[in-house]
Amino acid sequence: MSKPKVAFYWCASCGGCEETVVDLAEDILKVVDAVDIALWPVALDFKKKDVEAWAPGEVTVAFINGSVRLSEQLEWVRLLREKCPIVVAFGACAHLGGIPGLANATTRERILENKYFNAPTLDNPDGLQPLTACTVYGCDLELPEFWKDVKPLDEVIEVDYYLPGCPPPAKTVMSAVTAILEGTLPPKGAVLSPAKALCEACPLNNTKPETLSISEFKRVATSTPDPGQCFLAQGYICMGPATRAGCGERCIRANMPCRGCFGPAPGARDIGGKMLGALGSLGAADTEETSMVLADTLVDLVGTLYRFNLPASLLKRQYTSGTGVPPVM
Amino acid sequence: MIAQDEKIGVYVCHCGTNISGTVDVSAVAEYARTLPGVAIVREYKYMCSEPGQDLIRKDIEELNLTRVVVSSCSPLMHEVTFRKACNDAGLNGFLFQMSNIREQCSWVHDDRERATAKAKQLLAAAVLRVGQQVAMEERIVPVRPETLVIGAGIAGIEAAVRLADAGRKVYLVERLPSIGGHMAQFDKTFPTLDCAACILTPKMVSVGQHPNIELLTYSEVEAITGYVGNFRVRVRRRATSIDPTKCVGCGLCWEKCAVKKVPSEFDAGMSMRTAIYVPFAQAVPNKPVIDREHCLHFTRGKCGICQKTCPADAIDFDIQDEILDLEVGAIIVATGFTLFDAGELARYGYGRLDNVLTALQFERLSHASGPTGGEILTKSGERPGAVAILHCIGSRDENHLKYCSRVCCMYSLKFAHLVREKTHAEVYNFYIDMRAFGKGYEEFYRRVMSEGVHFIRGKAAEVSTVAETPEEEGKLIVVGEDTLLGVTRRIPVDMVILASGMRPAEGTEKLARILSLGCTRDGFYLEKHVKLAPVDSPSDGIFLAGACTGPKDIPDAVAQGAAAAAGALSLIDKGRVIIEPITSEINPEVCAGCQLCIMTCPYTAIHFDSERNVSVITEELCKGCGTCVAGCPSGAARQKSYEDSQIYAEIEGVLA
Repeated sequence: MSKPKVAFYWCASCGGCEETVVDLAEDILKVVDAVDIALWPVALDFKKKDVEAWAPGEVTVAFINGSVRLSEQLEWVRLLREKCPIVVAFGACAHLGGIPGLANATTRERILENKYFNAPTLDNPDGLQPLTACTVYGCDLELPEFWKDVKPLDEVIEVDYYLPGCPPPAKTVMSAVTAILEGTLPPKGAVLSPAKALCEACPLNNTKPETLSISEFKRVATSTPDPGQCFLAQGYICMGPATRAGCGERCIRANMPCRGCFGPAPGARDIGGKMLGALGSLGAADTEETSMVLADTLVDLVGTLYRFNLPASLLKRQYTSGTGVPPVM
Repeated sequence: MIAQDEKIGVYVCHCGTNISGTVDVSAVAEYARTLPGVAIVREYKYMCSEPGQDLIRKDIEELNLTRVVVSSCSPLMHEVTFRKACNDAGLNGFLFQMSNIREQCSWVHDDRERATAKAKQLLAAAVLRVGQQVAMEERIVPVRPETLVIGAGIAGIEAAVRLADAGRKVYLVERLPSIGGHMAQFDKTFPTLDCAACILTPKMVSVGQHPNIELLTYSEVEAITGYVGNFRVRVRRRATSIDPTKCVGCGLCWEKCAVKKVPSEFDAGMSMRTAIYVPFAQAVPNKPVIDREHCLHFTRGKCGICQKTCPADAIDFDIQDEILDLEVGAIIVATGFTLFDAGELARYGYGRLDNVLTALQFERLSHASGPTGGEILTKSGERPGAVAILHCIGSRDENHLKYCSRVCCMYSLKFAHLVREKTHAEVYNFYIDMRAFGKGYEEFYRRVMSEGVHFIRGKAAEVSTVAETPEEEGKLIVVGEDTLLGVTRRIPVDMVILASGMRPAEGTEKLARILSLGCTRDGFYLEKHVKLAPVDSPSDGIFLAGACTGPKDIPDAVAQGAAAAAGALSLIDKGRVIIEPITSEINPEVCAGCQLCIMTCPYTAIHFDSERNVSVITEELCKGCGTCVAGCPSGAARQKSYEDSQIYAEIEGVLA
């Protein structure tokens, strides 16, 4: 019997998820023993027509990382969806929009304007802007369309499983692959990680004081947390209570409060809103004035509370009137 | 998502023409038929009527409806009605949902098309929400027998005495050092000219002596939690620096006090008081307090003469504020009013010109125990030859108080009478309309007219000291149009009394936040129903009495105090109350044991189960306030009837 085939594909991502696959280290050999890699653009050269030539079901599973913003990405993920019985959203960007998703805090127009007209390192005397089609030396060239916002994978195609994390830890990748091989996958639509929030596994959870009251929000950019005490109790916004566990508490152990890359805990739909609700209950302020002083120490709320999931949150994106925007799908 | 076997009954009410006048009810009903799970849609003129409720009951029985939505008025109005109709027909009342297309739609819009579209959205929200609701059983909880009365003016006193006489324990909280409120400052009362002190003082004394009243003066309510029948109240007793068990109220301390120039609040600044003081001779309790803002011991760290003087050794500078935690079944709010600040109307010269007085200052001036012993004298100590009384200061004024303050016409007539009686001065009342609507009021108006008082119909424009004729020299000249004669009048007088209007007492808004009470645009508390429930607040177990809901005269304030006491008593005497079974629970499958909820719970109803590493709510202690739900970052804590799924379904309905 031939080995099952898997595909890896990337959309709007940094390459960190690809790195995770490499991080499997010797385990990668087990994977390669067990499966054939049919597509892996980061490492091997494939063309779209190769994929188009696959028979349906020939490749069992597509691991797709990165969020979706370009028309080309849509074409590719649709193609992979068509060909593969199982699609796994791999990593925070495909799962929830990820760091590129923070671009939804601004508009397409402002991004293009900054990039092509305002950037300090820019030299663009002719005021060139990207076009989806142009003719150069008599040749017609095409570029993908840049959409008005960033989308998580499941907004454009049906997704069977999610591997959370930025990037997903090698351990969870390995267990996902094993589950696929052994046919022990949970029900479709599941996030392949424990159904609890991070505090459950956090080594600092038992250092949480009986009453936790925050009089000033601190940032790791300007001060260093005490590694021996619950970060929230110290006034650092640790997303752990709102974030799904399963990451191996890598950040916590490196003295970094949880940044929320595993996305909302299973009971929560909107991680930022939930966390803000919790912070609101913990603030040591009982008058409007002291509340305002405390609130002033909350810097970059969207970037902090929705760092990895703005496109999948209830906020979703900056409001735009919708005119002059290319069709979404 | 609404399950396939659901059969939802939808009833759209015309409410006479209240809804159908603005909303196309038939179009809304037609739309309801397109919504998921809807089995039957009916429209009816008055859903709350017996035949209207019968429609629901019959459909539940005959069509086996599984859920019901009524699109009509506010749930405050008829949720109970329809819930009961469902229960009567054997459908759990919590599988019912109301959509408010009257208060939140037809009454506030006039564009028929858009109001109809909005009514459809509100209905869709209710239908999608009801699909997520679950059956629950109501809870019966006991009611504590104590009542908290906030504010010890005449309304609060009346309420407290009534309850105490019925054998119920009352905590009466008053911010000032003495009870009595504004009425204690008044000289005579209209229209009978009873002496205010003569009728109030005995009531005050009975409050002070009543075994069932625990008087907490110089105190403020800081926090209230809980719900009908079971409120927990935190009261701050400000430090009086006097040991009340030792003080006999002999008065030696304030005679000797070195600070003698603090403007007396009770005399409306017409006299000076000491730093250790009782506000007035008949004060209850008749024990002094030390005003730490002015006392030399506290401001400069020296003095202490009162302590040395006190024969009872009752003065203790180290006494600190005391926090009391009370448990009560009912709350009566009677926080009263404050006078409109006449200084806001610079044209009348208050605060700038001598002998321009506010109404309260005149009350004190005319009062037998006031700064002049009841003689009406100008600042220079002479009897005035002419006095002007300007009505509607601040009231009925687009720029200030839009409403009529209700009492000013009558007290202005009383002032006119007192001035005539005591000084024989000419009296000029500048009025807009004379409002004499109470029992004996019109008769009093006639009496004062017959006493030779001049009535000038027109709002005074200004009070000036710029004389235009020799007769005006050295006088206050009241300038105003006499709208009956159609001429501008200039009236030189020796004294001007400004009939200032009433506005909500200071701290009304703060207390509104503590009690979650609503306020009208004018800042007064909002009644549950302005006509049919004037002493009920929208929150069960909290009653409102007196001028805190709007200007009142003494008889109305007293009537409301008694009515509020009756409301509290009927609640307490029943001894138990049905409350919605809305409590919170923590899903142990989701809870990560972060314990943030434990810190937010005001009832200490949550504990940490370290064995299972989850937080657990004790349902008997949970009051369903939802604080833990808002504070739970993982979504493990959920509030029944306010589940995320229900709220999202509602939002989706609005957006549908």
